[in-house]
Amino acid sequence: MTVSLRSALGFAAIAAAAFYALVVVPQGGDLTTMINGSIYASYAILALSLALIWGYGGVLSFGQAAFFGLAGYVYAVAGLNLGDTALAALIAVASAAAFAALLGYFMFWGRVSDVYLGVITLTVSLILYRFINQTAGEEWTIGAAPLGGFNGIPSTPIMTALGKPDETLMPEQIYALSVGALVVCYLICRLVIATRFGRAVVAIRENPVRAELLGYDTRFYKLGIFTLGGAIAGVGGVAFANSVFVSPTMFNLQTNGQVIIWVIVGGLGTLAGPVIGCFAMLSLSTWLGSLDGGGWTDPNLVMGVVLTFCVVALRKGLLPTALGLGERLFAVARERMGAPKLGEPRAAEDRP
Amino acid sequence: MTAAAPLLEARDLVMRFGDVTAVGGVSMTVGEGELRCLIGPNGAGKSTFFKMLSGQLRPTSGAVALRGRSIVGLPASRIARLGVGVKTQTPSVFDGLTVMESVRIATDALLPPQLARRRADEALERMRIPHLAGATVGLLAHGQRQLVELAMVVAQAPDLILLDEPAAGMTGVEVDRLGDLIVELARSSSVIVVEHDMAFIRRIARTVTVFNRGQVLAEGPAAEVMADARVRDVYLGKDAA
Amino acid sequence: MDYAIIVLLQVVVTIANLALISAGLAVIFGMMRIINMAHGEFLMLGGYAALVSHQAGLNLWLSIFVVAPLVVGLVGAVIERLVIRRLYGRMIDTMLATWGVSLALVGLITVIFGNTVAGVSPPLGSLEIGAYAIGRYELLVAGVSALLFAAGWWVLARTPVGLIARAAMQNRDMAAALGVDPARVYAATFVTGAAISGLAGALIAPIAGVAPTIGAAYIAKTFITVISGGAAILAGTLSAAGLLGAVNAAFSFLTGPVLGEVALLACAVLLLRLLPQGVTGRFFRRSL
Ligand SMILES: Nc1ncnc2c1ncn2[C@@H]1O[C@H](COP(=O)(O)OP(=O)(O)O)[C@@H](O)[C@H]1O
Ligand SMILES: [Mg+2]
Repeated sequence: MTVSLRSALGFAAIAAAAFYALVVVPQGGDLTTMINGSIYASYAILALSLALIWGYGGVLSFGQAAFFGLAGYVYAVAGLNLGDTALAALIAVASAAAFAALLGYFMFWGRVSDVYLGVITLTVSLILYRFINQTAGEEWTIGAAPLGGFNGIPSTPIMTALGKPDETLMPEQIYALSVGALVVCYLICRLVIATRFGRAVVAIRENPVRAELLGYDTRFYKLGIFTLGGAIAGVGGVAFANSVFVSPTMFNLQTNGQVIIWVIVGGLGTLAGPVIGCFAMLSLSTWLGSLDGGGWTDPNLVMGVVLTFCVVALRKGLLPTALGLGERLFAVARERMGAPKLGEPRAAEDRP
Repeated sequence: MTAAAPLLEARDLVMRFGDVTAVGGVSMTVGEGELRCLIGPNGAGKSTFFKMLSGQLRPTSGAVALRGRSIVGLPASRIARLGVGVKTQTPSVFDGLTVMESVRIATDALLPPQLARRRADEALERMRIPHLAGATVGLLAHGQRQLVELAMVVAQAPDLILLDEPAAGMTGVEVDRLGDLIVELARSSSVIVVEHDMAFIRRIARTVTVFNRGQVLAEGPAAEVMADARVRDVYLGKDAA
Repeated sequence: MDYAIIVLLQVVVTIANLALISAGLAVIFGMMRIINMAHGEFLMLGGYAALVSHQAGLNLWLSIFVVAPLVVGLVGAVIERLVIRRLYGRMIDTMLATWGVSLALVGLITVIFGNTVAGVSPPLGSLEIGAYAIGRYELLVAGVSALLFAAGWWVLARTPVGLIARAAMQNRDMAAALGVDPARVYAATFVTGAAISGLAGALIAPIAGVAPTIGAAYIAKTFITVISGGAAILAGTLSAAGLLGAVNAAFSFLTGPVLGEVALLACAVLLLRLLPQGVTGRFFRRSL
């Protein structure tokens, strides 16, 4: 009952948000809003990928941004060399998926524990960061694409209209594309969860031993969901590359930490929650950055405190806690109103 | 595949944990449709023996064959697909799923959707828990969770069913019903049951194997084994009914 | 010949350095089976503590060997009190919470000291071997690292405290069986790990400099070293640091420092595929 209510709520929220984002916002036509909107949407796709593999698959990747950044860089390099941005995007997402599959093979077939898994994924992301960060020199050029070290690749190509390689998309089109990609990824996640594969993944998260004893090779299913998560993070990375340009910050420690925060704040075990959490926290960061609080509004400081607080004090995440509180208030209100008809004695009991 | 090969043949199974020898060379042959009870004091190695059969543990040495085919070293999921169903000693269920979802996970592993649906319904019927289909497993009472786990095992339709202390935590009525159920299961599968309750064992078992300190102490028809002086010694001071 | 000696020394220094900056993390991992995500920030705080007290006029050696471990140990005690203790038994949550602490510490230090790099030049000058040279201070740090591990071995193997620690490493309930409150063991562990990290951070500060975000530069290496080592604190960290440090140093010589770190990681991932429980999960199982 409450589950279906919530999932209906989630759908409604997504539909409303998509409508607002795709119809209302572009009418304002403000360029900064468009660019920020594309960035937020790219990050939201990243958050979605972690929401899927952690919340449903129980696979806690501390380094989910590795796939985000990798896809971004592959897109930029392939785009600069091939000239065909659509193909480059495809290659980028495929590489992110392939990389996730390779890493997943090592982790799941090694049957490493959750603690190890988190650390290994984060380490992979940080090594990518260190590697890219130090590729400033001339020698680090792949074909027509200089890797650019800590500066990133400012010449990251922007998507072109399909079949018209000279027609670069405008910021509002990139914006629409990013938000559209977010919605599509969300729907894909919903679909996958509803399949036999998705149900098995959830069962494995609930009890891997029992799933094995029922005939599910848990390694295979974890690898599958992890690879899908890598691909989705890759879509986010491509969207990000189009919104700004690729740079090593895409897979640094802060980005990885932020994804975790978005998912925790938004609520583990939901898909819409982390997306909302992402938008909320990014807006908060932007707002904090614009304040002059004598330094005390440092985004790291605030995010760190929020994360620690959420883990220590709220086991369910901010949004589900708020939602739960709302539901309870709603139930109480309904009981109060319905009480005279159905439950006189009950209502009497309530009063001291 | 030779017709002569028994359903299960375990030979000289040994399991050591560091210095502890949990199972020290056990052989057992179980035929099609056999119902066998496995008894023995706590720590005798019964659960460890089951874990080696189901692939949760890889034996230190020894051989296990299912219809003549070696299964040592296969992952538990492969062994499950080859027709071995296990109810573990501590109930192992999907707390976050509903009863029906849990049983469907069991049937979906092997069957096409329409068939899976029917098989799941049947499993709930056999456990007499269709009314719990929509209930979340984590919120059920202990005995009911045991039934849910049994329903999952039954829904797999295994050829060999291993039940590790299935009656633990059940009420008298539930235990009686469980006895009927196990006898019924043995019509279509082979069943090995670990139990402590002697009255229960007398009711259901034809063959009994007694474990002690990782070894087979005695094996034979129920009445005969229970009359054995050594077996009584092992159980002395325990609930020897 | 001279070249061979200098290469050898460089390899030893790399290994000792890796072992040193991983030690505090290893203590916490060995005893509590969690990875302290704020480890990099503990190193960073150690660096700042030494640097600030030195700039305030205190002797450099006192700043490094006394002030830094004290300050970071104290910070560890506060964090243990406010955060770790409340998450007892929830390993993943503990790691997530320490990640929050890590971010907060980066923010806090940025607020106080600004986002700039600071440092002192390494004392003691350099040791010349033929046409080549290596910093004497780096050799000293390697020596301190060796001493630290020797002392760790002595404490674990020969003292009553070590007995309790070993019991807790083997089995969570064993410490309770010895009549020691496990919560106190964990608190002491966390503070000790923090203090060791503080010392390590202070020791490497003259070589690497300090900045609020410098922790991020260390954590990948240290995490992977400790995880690859497995549960035994000393043997695990030493064997993993030996293997990974040698790979790192070798590849750094051949291809430059960047690929050195990439090689370190690739080696560690391969290692974990082969030995999922770490080196000491398979070998040296009875070691400390
Ligand atoms: N994973 C393990 N590690 C170490 N010892 C174990 C392990 N599992 C079981 N044992 C030991 O093996 C022996 C047999 O245990 P078990 O098979 O559970 O006995 P039973 O089911 O007959 O009560 C016991 O002494 C137990 O302590
Ligand atoms: Mg048992």
